[in-house]
Amino acid sequence: MALLAIGTTFSVASATPNKSALALARSAVIEEGKQLFLKGCSSCHGLNAEGGAVAPSLIGVGAASVDFQVATGRMPMADMSTQAMRKEPVYTPEQVAALAAYVASLAPGPEIPGDELLNYERDGSLAEGGELFRNNCAMCHNFAGQGGALTQGKYAPTVMGVKPVHIYEAMITGPQSMPVFSDKTLTPEEKLSIIKWIKAAEVEPALGGASLGRVGPVTEGLLVWTLGIGMLIGVAVWLAMKAR
Amino acid sequence: MTARERIAGNVANYVDERTGAAAWMKKNLNKVFPDHWSFLLGEIALYSFIILLLSGTFLTFWFDPSQREVIYDGEYQPLAGLEMSAAYASTLDISFEVRGGLLMRQIHHWAALFFMVAIVVHLMRVYFTGAFRKPREFNWIIGVGLLTLGIVEGFLGYSLPDDLLSGTGIRIAHAILQAIPVVGTYLAFFAFGGAFPGEAFIPRIFIVHVLILPAIFLALITVHLMLVWYQKHTQYPGPGRTEKNVVGYPLMPVYMAKAGGFFFVVFGVTTFIAAVASINPIWLYGPYTPGQISAGSQPDWYMGWLDGLVRMAPPLETYLFGYTISWNILIPGLIIPGLMFTGLALYPFIESWITGDKREHHLLDRPRNAPNRTAIGAMAITFTLVALINGGNDIIAQQFELSINQIMWFSRIGIIVLPPLAFVITKRICISLQRADRELVLHGKETGRLVRLPHGEFVEIHEELTPEKKWLLTSHEQNGPLELPEIDKAGVRRPSAIRNKLRARMSQANAEVAPKVTAKDLNEIENH
Amino acid sequence: MAHEIEPISDPGIPAHVHRKADEDPIAAKRAERQVAILFSLSTLGTLLFIFSYVAIPDDVFIFLPIMGNTNAHQLFLGLGLAFSLFFIGIGAIHWAKTLMPDNEVTVQRHEFRSSEEDRKEFVKTAKEGAAAAGLGRRSLIKKSLGLSLGLIGLSPLILLRDLGPLPEDSLTKTSWKAGTRLVTDPGDRPIKPEDLEVGAVAQVLPELAPGKDHHKLSDIAKDAVLLIRLRPEEFNLDAERLSWTHEGIIAFSKICSHMGCAVALYEQQTKHLLCPCHQSTFDVTRAAKVLFGPAARPLPQLALALDSEGYLIAKAPFNEPVGPSFWERSS
Repeated sequence: MALLAIGTTFSVASATPNKSALALARSAVIEEGKQLFLKGCSSCHGLNAEGGAVAPSLIGVGAASVDFQVATGRMPMADMSTQAMRKEPVYTPEQVAALAAYVASLAPGPEIPGDELLNYERDGSLAEGGELFRNNCAMCHNFAGQGGALTQGKYAPTVMGVKPVHIYEAMITGPQSMPVFSDKTLTPEEKLSIIKWIKAAEVEPALGGASLGRVGPVTEGLLVWTLGIGMLIGVAVWLAMKAR
Repeated sequence: MTARERIAGNVANYVDERTGAAAWMKKNLNKVFPDHWSFLLGEIALYSFIILLLSGTFLTFWFDPSQREVIYDGEYQPLAGLEMSAAYASTLDISFEVRGGLLMRQIHHWAALFFMVAIVVHLMRVYFTGAFRKPREFNWIIGVGLLTLGIVEGFLGYSLPDDLLSGTGIRIAHAILQAIPVVGTYLAFFAFGGAFPGEAFIPRIFIVHVLILPAIFLALITVHLMLVWYQKHTQYPGPGRTEKNVVGYPLMPVYMAKAGGFFFVVFGVTTFIAAVASINPIWLYGPYTPGQISAGSQPDWYMGWLDGLVRMAPPLETYLFGYTISWNILIPGLIIPGLMFTGLALYPFIESWITGDKREHHLLDRPRNAPNRTAIGAMAITFTLVALINGGNDIIAQQFELSINQIMWFSRIGIIVLPPLAFVITKRICISLQRADRELVLHGKETGRLVRLPHGEFVEIHEELTPEKKWLLTSHEQNGPLELPEIDKAGVRRPSAIRNKLRARMSQANAEVAPKVTAKDLNEIENH
Repeated sequence: MAHEIEPISDPGIPAHVHRKADEDPIAAKRAERQVAILFSLSTLGTLLFIFSYVAIPDDVFIFLPIMGNTNAHQLFLGLGLAFSLFFIGIGAIHWAKTLMPDNEVTVQRHEFRSSEEDRKEFVKTAKEGAAAAGLGRRSLIKKSLGLSLGLIGLSPLILLRDLGPLPEDSLTKTSWKAGTRLVTDPGDRPIKPEDLEVGAVAQVLPELAPGKDHHKLSDIAKDAVLLIRLRPEEFNLDAERLSWTHEGIIAFSKICSHMGCAVALYEQQTKHLLCPCHQSTFDVTRAAKVLFGPAARPLPQLALALDSEGYLIAKAPFNEPVGPSFWERSS
């Protein structure tokens, strides 16, 4: 819808200066976003995104926050439980862009990083990314990014299978319990290194056999107490049985 | 005589003329061992120990037990160029540069887990069947020693690679050491050669792990086995089995083949698990630095219960005259485990004090026939299980979408409430099982076949038990409570009457059983 | 202890039941073949092991159900070794079960207690030996022997003195001094307040002293600090602690006051710090007061200030020892 609007506006207004054409297109997108917002978000976030008893203000959160929350399906929140879960997104990518543009228009905030800013293969360093991940992320998300428990039933989700743009946005916007990682203390290059490491860990096969969840000794102990000793006791029982 | 027989004869003669071996070989080759699968659990531990020695020796050829800093220049790209200790780097090399290295590391670590599991199930078998009674108390104490040392040895072993997870464990151990009143800080500084983490700890625990503790293990295991050999193994009650005999199979050839074969099976199963299941992937944990931590950090399972106790401890510290006593560390970290292991080691003596039984026992108890002992065992297992579960509370919370705070409260309350509950339930179950046995002997086995009598009544046919089964269900002893009168026959008051009152009370509780079938009962059945 | 006439008597060892292989030579031959097959499987396993070691490169991955992408070299090396061991064992056990004699043997147990005669002899020998040594009579020898042996036992303990230095003030001092700049970990970049947004967190170390080129682990174990920015009105602090913050920025020691793990898990919405080791929870707005878990003391707070160039510095060293408790810690 928005693209159609932009396209027709361009083709019609070839004589008019580009700036006003763009502004016109943008305002159409923002208006669409506002309509979507009023319909699907304002009941919790307020008619002017000022927030309320159950949801925070969205003024100043920036397009990046909206893209992260809505494109990963966290928003709209399915139930008012402990925290928003990643799930199938309700809105299409165009609708997400419109919502993001609307919220960004309310006040300046973190912007959605462009593709040029996300070239982690070129700009990131794998080993440094691992060190940065262990320093800044592993305490919540576990050493292999599998996620971990927070207090009172909250949790840090797994970072596996998340789009690089969303990882970046999470770092700069600090969704829900996650803190913000400012660009001066964790530079954009360092953020890309972290993403590079995460993507490598995602495809790294378990080098010693089945990975048992990459959560450490708990699953290893479970395996030895079930399959392990089970196999051995099974052989022991067979050993002591009289042959036919 | 064939050529082969002649050569064998010459060899035997050569050895015997120098050692006199023929005499004791003749006696021991025919030694009889009772055959039951539950007697093989200790063997799993023994064979795991041998596997640990073999795989561990392999690892020492490549492991560098030094904490000096090196820059990693090996195969594994996600760690390329990072600073790490030589211990960590050499473990990475074993995993990625040495063919078979990762397999051997995994065999070694899985074998360690198997070793501890086998010790625990073996301990449970010995405990629940009463095999620790005279003359085997000393062997029991050695066993408890092996359990304790095994826990330490395993902890030191997985701490050697100096990775983030095990380094965190060392931090915890250091804090326990440091919390000891008066001498704690000195012990910690001496053990670590200075402030934490220092550079002395890994090289020192290396020697403890590969030399000192294995030597102690070898000595203890040898004495443990020699005692079993000399005292002869216990056996389950049954037809033909008495306190004065052993019924089983001779060492050569049957037992040798079965036990020897079982060694290969244990080794094979351990290797199979090492081939298909990853364990301790240190390259994912990263090198240890005190500034980093992973969510969901746990020790290996045999220390999980200790971690669980530390997590659920109330935040108690006392401050006296400028000194601090950290009860929140000392109680779960040292005092409770100390009490548990001491109680475990002394249990044979405690039980014989309660029962007053000073005779030798070579026939095992069916657990139901010693309800109190079985119930105490269930209580101890419940206590340890609650602690163990709490040790993994963050993993459980994450997997099952629960709250760590709720799990913690469940554990804090559960560890006090659940063990006595387990005691009561287990004891009742044992006594019910005894009653069921009694019914079986008196009335036979239910066959499920219904017959209609001429006058219309439906009865189920009961099949009488075989004499062997009847003997098994009635051959156990039921020796009522100790008689400890306050005033004995001569009219003298027994000294320390309170201690005896306690003993009498416990002896009474211990003797609560469903009475065995008596001759009178059988007569009644026959004549009605 | 009541003894009743046993109502049921021991029927003795049940009659031996022959196995198929005992009576039927064909069954015996079949059992023999089975054992041979098992041993041969072991040989195949060893061959697979050797083949994998020499011929499978270690960068080949195959996809298997449940296990996912698996390293073929590691898998077949392990399976080969596992089979080679496992089937020798199964073969030997099957051989014993089917072909070796399975007649139960009954052997009498022997009495452990030595005969009265042996016991008397032992006591006599021991007493005579003790009398010959004369320890009982010669009290001078006894006392001096006791003293010398006791003192020798001290020597190895004395040798252990140099295992480590005395703690002295190592546990009470960190590298933080008045004026030390806070720098990022890693990266060693100094930090200005405007570098942090509200809700941001940063891992921080003290600036390296001149001449040092990297942070030692023993220093990190005491110096690691967590920098957090809140809105100033969110603090619930007394005047002194408030003066240690700067424009909503607050700093705490990252080393847990319980057992020393890194407390770096910051929940932005609740303003709580969680230590992943034993779940101690600290409230940042109230100077890291303990809310839950086994930690008994709050995390030490580092007083912050700005230097002349606008970078964050420590206003003073920590006012208490960081990390876990110890006996000499007065609190």
